[in-house]
Amino acid sequence: MYEFDWSSIPGALPLLAKGLMVTFEVTLTAIVVGIVWGTLLAVARLSSNKLVSFAAASYVNLFRSVPLVMVILWFYLIVPQLLRSVFGDALGDIRLASALIAFSLFEAAYYSEIIRAGIQSVARGQIAAGLALGMTYAQTMRLVVLPQAFRNMTPLLLTQAVILFQDTSLVYVIGLSDFFGTAYKVGDRDGRLVELLLFAGAIYFIISFAASQLVKRLQSRYAR
Amino acid sequence: MIEINQVSKWYGSFQVLTDNTTRINTGEVVVVCGPSGSGKSTLIKCVNGLEAFQQGTITVNGVSVGDPATNLAKLRSHVGMVFQHFELFPHMSITENLTIAQTKVLGRSQDEAVSKGLALLDRVGLRAQADKFPGQLSGGQQQRVAIARALAMDPICMLFDEPTSALDPEMINEVLDVMVELAQEGMTMMCVTHEMGFARKVAHRVVFMDHGQIVEDAAKDAFFGTPRSERAQQFLSKILNH
Repeated sequence: MYEFDWSSIPGALPLLAKGLMVTFEVTLTAIVVGIVWGTLLAVARLSSNKLVSFAAASYVNLFRSVPLVMVILWFYLIVPQLLRSVFGDALGDIRLASALIAFSLFEAAYYSEIIRAGIQSVARGQIAAGLALGMTYAQTMRLVVLPQAFRNMTPLLLTQAVILFQDTSLVYVIGLSDFFGTAYKVGDRDGRLVELLLFAGAIYFIISFAASQLVKRLQSRYAR
Repeated sequence: MIEINQVSKWYGSFQVLTDNTTRINTGEVVVVCGPSGSGKSTLIKCVNGLEAFQQGTITVNGVSVGDPATNLAKLRSHVGMVFQHFELFPHMSITENLTIAQTKVLGRSQDEAVSKGLALLDRVGLRAQADKFPGQLSGGQQQRVAIARALAMDPICMLFDEPTSALDPEMINEVLDVMVELAQEGMTMMCVTHEMGFARKVAHRVVFMDHGQIVEDAAKDAFFGTPRSERAQQFLSKILNH
């Protein structure tokens, strides 16, 4: 029977906390950039300009049709080349930068679909009303449609954020020490992989579950 | 003020407007009526370019609506429009609804916009509702706010697209009263409506549409006295005698 030995965890806590910070950094960056870029993509996709809408649709379909792990690796292999050609060798650890970019661009595709549905949930008459008051299309979007759209889709955006938080663990494929990566390395070093991964799983569960409950509560408050 | 000249519109191969010509002079109140699906709402939406049309011309105060070079936003900023479903912005308070376009489109200061908005709110009898949200108001109240919102832009003319069709019967009059007052002050108005009482009271002319075409365009007394077309006669007998 396997003997659990949790003794290597307390000493590794500072290291694990540092890893958790990296996880949060990737998550938050991907949420913020993903929502901003995703909003632009959604508006572009709904544009009456066929070329603009086709370009946005292609982007979204491309990213939604390839595995995230591949995108992460891809950017790890491509981004350094690109950045080196711009900044020379002054770059430090390329892994975090490439992970941030990969997640942001990938998540934007998913966020844009949520936001597009949100925009379409706003009554068409609202656009007419904004335009009739002399607002430009951009002003109507920004002042009238998007605030209502975001209110309607807040729960979905938050749910996507929870999924994203879990997916960031995939950065282990490029050796980035996020929370999962750190737990794995510590476990490997001390020969306590099972304990460390159980512990990491528990932390992921607690954070994700708490966030989901929060979303549920928000949802029922909006529904009222 | 508004000149509509041989306007036609198609959705694909389906023609929704056929060769419509009429004009609304400054200070004139013109009521557009007709059975549903006759194209009257589509026509009024062409006047401020919310709907595109493929043939003919519309000019508002000398500016051509269909001309691609026209700054439509600028044109619309002084053509007020009131919609069937009010279309107040639900995420903004009543005051914000009244001020947003004043500040963002006309570039007025917040103070100026608020005092203008509140004065108009007073005028439609809703000063007390300034801090509420549209969802907290009745349909009739919302429509009066919508009229005030349009007036806040100091429009040179007003377009009404079935302003009372979505209202409960007991709320229709409060909206019509505001419109009557506006008409009596000399506002140029184009009103798509079935309210023949309103037409009788303040309209100068009545335009009757059917199947995307203006069938009758007559002075009020002539229209109600002896409509020339059979279709207008039928329509009138249907909506007046029940």
